[in-house]
Amino acid sequence: MQRYQGKGVFGGIAIGIIHIYAKGEQQVKRYKITDIRAEIERFQDARQTAVGQLGLLYEKAVKEVGETNAAIFEIHQMMLMDDDYLESVENIISTQQVNAEYAVAVTGDNFAAMFAAMEDEYMRGRAADVKDISERVLAILMGRDKSSVITDEPVIIVADDLAPSETVQLDKDKVLSFVTVHGSANSHTAILARTMSIPALIGTPIPLDASIDGHLAVVDGNSGCIYVDPDDETLRIMEEKLAQEKEKKELLQTLKGKESITLDGRKVSLYANVGSLADLSRALENDAEGIGLFRSEFLYLEKEDYPTEEEQFAVYRAAAEIMAGKQVIIRTLDIGADKQADYFKLPKEENPAMGCRAIRICLTRPEVFKTQLRALFRASAYGKISIMYPMITSVKEVRQIKAIVEEVKQELITKGIPFGEVEQGIMIETPAAAVTSDQLAKEVDFFSIGTNDLTQYLLAIDRQNEELEQFFDAHHPAVLRMIAMTVENAHEAGIWCGICGELAADPGLTEQFLEMGVDELSVSPGSVLGLRKVVRETKVL
Amino acid sequence: MKEFRYIIKDAEGIHARPAGELVKEAKNFASAVKVVKGDKSADAKKIFGLMGLGVKQGEEIQVQIEGEDEQQAAAALAAFLKANL
Repeated sequence: MQRYQGKGVFGGIAIGIIHIYAKGEQQVKRYKITDIRAEIERFQDARQTAVGQLGLLYEKAVKEVGETNAAIFEIHQMMLMDDDYLESVENIISTQQVNAEYAVAVTGDNFAAMFAAMEDEYMRGRAADVKDISERVLAILMGRDKSSVITDEPVIIVADDLAPSETVQLDKDKVLSFVTVHGSANSHTAILARTMSIPALIGTPIPLDASIDGHLAVVDGNSGCIYVDPDDETLRIMEEKLAQEKEKKELLQTLKGKESITLDGRKVSLYANVGSLADLSRALENDAEGIGLFRSEFLYLEKEDYPTEEEQFAVYRAAAEIMAGKQVIIRTLDIGADKQADYFKLPKEENPAMGCRAIRICLTRPEVFKTQLRALFRASAYGKISIMYPMITSVKEVRQIKAIVEEVKQELITKGIPFGEVEQGIMIETPAAAVTSDQLAKEVDFFSIGTNDLTQYLLAIDRQNEELEQFFDAHHPAVLRMIAMTVENAHEAGIWCGICGELAADPGLTEQFLEMGVDELSVSPGSVLGLRKVVRETKVL
Repeated sequence: MKEFRYIIKDAEGIHARPAGELVKEAKNFASAVKVVKGDKSADAKKIFGLMGLGVKQGEEIQVQIEGEDEQQAAAALAAFLKANL
């Protein structure tokens, strides 16, 4: 068994035969021609055919992956109609009296080199697009059909890299997974693979030769691994995982796209809790209606130093774009207590659960807070970003936050940087916040009840302490009464109220929560569909 | 000749899609349309040249339009930039 570690861009298990996808060998020969006009005409014909093909691909892609992802083919069409590109090709044909293939190949290389030399990373990525269109024209000139994958059995496609036109041309019923040696998480291939929900790996150092071609392999998109010639034990474990996935998918089949609505017509939003960008695909796979809690801690915990505004912006923006218009509630940093990052240099505390953590750090170090807020507001121009503040205890804190937010917004306006409408809410996870929720509700757009901390503070029981298990009761009436009260106060002030703690996923409480009028339940991605099932079988009145 | 200046607001600058759309818009007019950034310039009817300028957010471009329909073209292009970039 050989194991290669890449980077998973979409989760899931695939077991099947490897098919190495080699780009058509575009070996271009240079030879002299005599009839320049005929050669230019030959080029023009091939180019027209290519433009036509791209038009069909565009239509196919619009249906399969949506207009935004399909736009690349329209851009490819435009590139093929660009005067500079045409002039360059025709120029080479007529001045050097050479064949069209050679002229196209040279022009493609030159234009690709121009993009590759640009400062901007996005523009550098466009070099691949230029190569892609040139290869398409070449394939037509050389009489080769570019559409590929001629297999009857579904396969795991392994390639050096895949151009967007290649991924969309693949017959999806015949592809179990993509594995590429190159490619970035933002490449079209990765984005398309995610949209198609096929397990995919990029950046996998795998040899593209006979040692793997045609061999049995297992792709684990969750861990980013591909196992070639898996041993019996690995195969058994993976088959089991695959079976579990199938079972889940069957549940998904029946409930995906259905409303989260009770038998008597009460709707509730079922959102997902996530802790990284990678989790978002799991949220989408499980049909979460939004992200109710996006923990931003990973940005801080994975680092040796404070994450910059740009680093954060890239992540929040990606989250907004991946969720494509669905609400994404991002919680500002919740460092402290059990989540420590050395560079914060937080003093040792007697009682960290009640110490300097979360919003308390933000309000004592406004620069750290403002960096995150700027990144969040900038990202709001790309989707429905909402912000949630943790560990609130008083109206005074909320007003302090609002003053800082106002400064950030003014700075962005002054600089002409766009941002969208941002709902701002707070976590209700301290008894103080729950008890004063009537006052707090007038200050914010929504509440989200964090039941883990709320329960621990309310019952004065450390949940990590096993000794106390007999005293702990997750369904303690004090907790449920506080939730009911908070929901009531929220509605009184005309704002919505959700629950994002572990309790939200407890099917034994769903009916009660719905009776209380809870508007949103945010749970781990894997729990969304199960919870939807419970909701749909519940009657509130 | 008509001429106006515009500061790019789009976070990605003149990237592929808006460049394509700008080309489409410019091609609606008979006038020659030139986009100038610093000491570089490009024909607004050519996508490669336009993308090659590498215009980023916050950078100023100068749009020069010359031809029989320059009046309408200037108005249309200014509106396009405002709405899309």
